[in-house]
Amino acid sequence: MVNRQPVVAVIGAGIAGLEAARQLAALGYKPVLIEKSSATGGHVAQWNRLFPDMTPAADVIEPLRAQTAGVKTLLGTEISAINRLKDEYNLVLSDGSSLLCQAVLFATGFRLFDASKKEEYGYGIYDRVITNRDLEHWFNTREDQRIRQPKAVGFVHCVGSRDLKAGNTQCSKVCCITAIKQAIEMKEEFPDAEVYCFYMDLRLFGKKYEDFYIKAQRDHGIHFIRGRVSEVGEAIDGRVVVKAEDTLNGKPVKVTLDLLVLMAGILCNPDAQRYARETGVAVDEDGFLKSRDNLAAITESSRPGVFFAGACTGAKTVPETLAEARSAALAIHQYFSKRV
Amino acid sequence: MDFGFKLSPSSAVNLDTVDRRRYDRLVQLQPDALTCIGCGSCSATCTSASWTGMSVRKVLLGLQRGRDEEVDKMLSGCMLCGKCTMVCPRGINTRQLILTLCRLDKNGEVVR
Ligand SMILES: Cc1cc2nc3c(=O)[nH]c(=O)nc-3n(C[C@H](O)[C@H](O)[C@H](O)COP(=O)(O)OP(=O)(O)OC[C@H]3O[C@@H](n4cnc5c(N)ncnc54)[C@H](O)[C@@H]3O)c2cc1C
Ligand code: SF4
Ligand code: SF4
Ligand code: SF4
Repeated sequence: MVNRQPVVAVIGAGIAGLEAARQLAALGYKPVLIEKSSATGGHVAQWNRLFPDMTPAADVIEPLRAQTAGVKTLLGTEISAINRLKDEYNLVLSDGSSLLCQAVLFATGFRLFDASKKEEYGYGIYDRVITNRDLEHWFNTREDQRIRQPKAVGFVHCVGSRDLKAGNTQCSKVCCITAIKQAIEMKEEFPDAEVYCFYMDLRLFGKKYEDFYIKAQRDHGIHFIRGRVSEVGEAIDGRVVVKAEDTLNGKPVKVTLDLLVLMAGILCNPDAQRYARETGVAVDEDGFLKSRDNLAAITESSRPGVFFAGACTGAKTVPETLAEARSAALAIHQYFSKRV
Repeated sequence: MDFGFKLSPSSAVNLDTVDRRRYDRLVQLQPDALTCIGCGSCSATCTSASWTGMSVRKVLLGLQRGRDEEVDKMLSGCMLCGKCTMVCPRGINTRQLILTLCRLDKNGEVVR
């Protein structure tokens, strides 16, 4: 082996980074977690309960944090530059130090679409328009002046996804099921409220997701309207008026709501794209990091020693992300084993 | 006076004011009706659809959009053959649903 205990730089300490670091440490390597924010856990640490079983997000995050307590973790740290050496990478960190490593694992995750870019939906303009992330924040903290005993709540699917004009033609995959989860949660909070989901297609692909949908229909009477919201306006009382076509009926519909939740989509992290250029790995046509093979080697890049895990290669659910993190750890193990 | 044009009433549905009482009573009596996914299997297989325009899918949607007259017109074309019930992927008892609906008036009161 090149080094007694090869060092693997894990960029990003979301669930992908944490799980991979845990596995790498167990396999005898020395992972170093580099996280730009002040805490580990990534997006999942911001969520409240998770589909499909309404598991508290903390039940996923806390064990991962506990099991990586022994892993060197640099919080509030970014990477200023990446230098490629023969068989090694030298990372220059934002605190001025540098880290020499034998492999790099990107676990940089995703960025949520900035909903204010879709001006016609009025995020940041109208008081009653919030995002999926804002709603999770409210479930966690109960602090949001915009949510006050709503009698009518709407969810807009595909905000910044499947939308050429928003610069993203991909489906973000997790937002249909998230909308259904959040719609049920709102109905449980406010049983008298009418809840509407405006969708283009309902993409409910995962284990038990369809059951969740039936539950939303049958037990909660949530109204599903097939049609993309075309515009949102503010009524004189501050509520919002939503217009769409009810495409199953072939007629325009309009409804006044106390709260409108935008299901912002999933995009690749822009820093990851910069690092990718510096390490010499490619970016795929969908804007996410490009795997060596999208079927057989999703966790491998086209460069030796550079690996991927989680949402940096595309929208993923929690179980998919965790499975991929384990798979990436194994791919790294094989990479080092071949170099003996 | 003839202006050379006339105004048609708007066909837009206002969900704030739409009267869903009949639908609400229906789903109270028969909650499985809530799970319709608008797949159209019922209409495709319907023995009377091509002559009468009957469609369980459109009946369920029409009720939620306040289109009572269209709903009653469609219902009158049903022969209660039950084929639609055999094909519904959500397992909705559509034939029973039609019978239940025929007992309800516009306001959702059980009148028959
Ligand atoms: C609203 C919403 C709700 C969801 N709910 C569920 C659910 O209920 N169930 C489910 O299965 N899935 C859910 N998901 C999907 C879930 O969030 C993802 O599967 C998960 O976050 C992916 O983890 P990750 O570690 O790959 O990425 P992330 O969670 O994005 O973590 C990436 C980490 O990398 C860090 N990072 C990024 N760039 C850098 C950099 N340059 N340097 C250092 N660190 C960096 C970030 O700060 C972050 O900590 C939901 C998604 C959304 C949008
Ligand atoms: S998962 Fe649903 S809401 Fe999200 S982009 Fe795909 S179709 Fe749209
Ligand atoms: S029961 Fe009525 S609606 Fe159903 S298939 Fe027969 S005729 Fe058509
Ligand atoms: S077959 Fe069943 S689910 Fe499909 S449209 Fe008819 S009633 Fe709805």
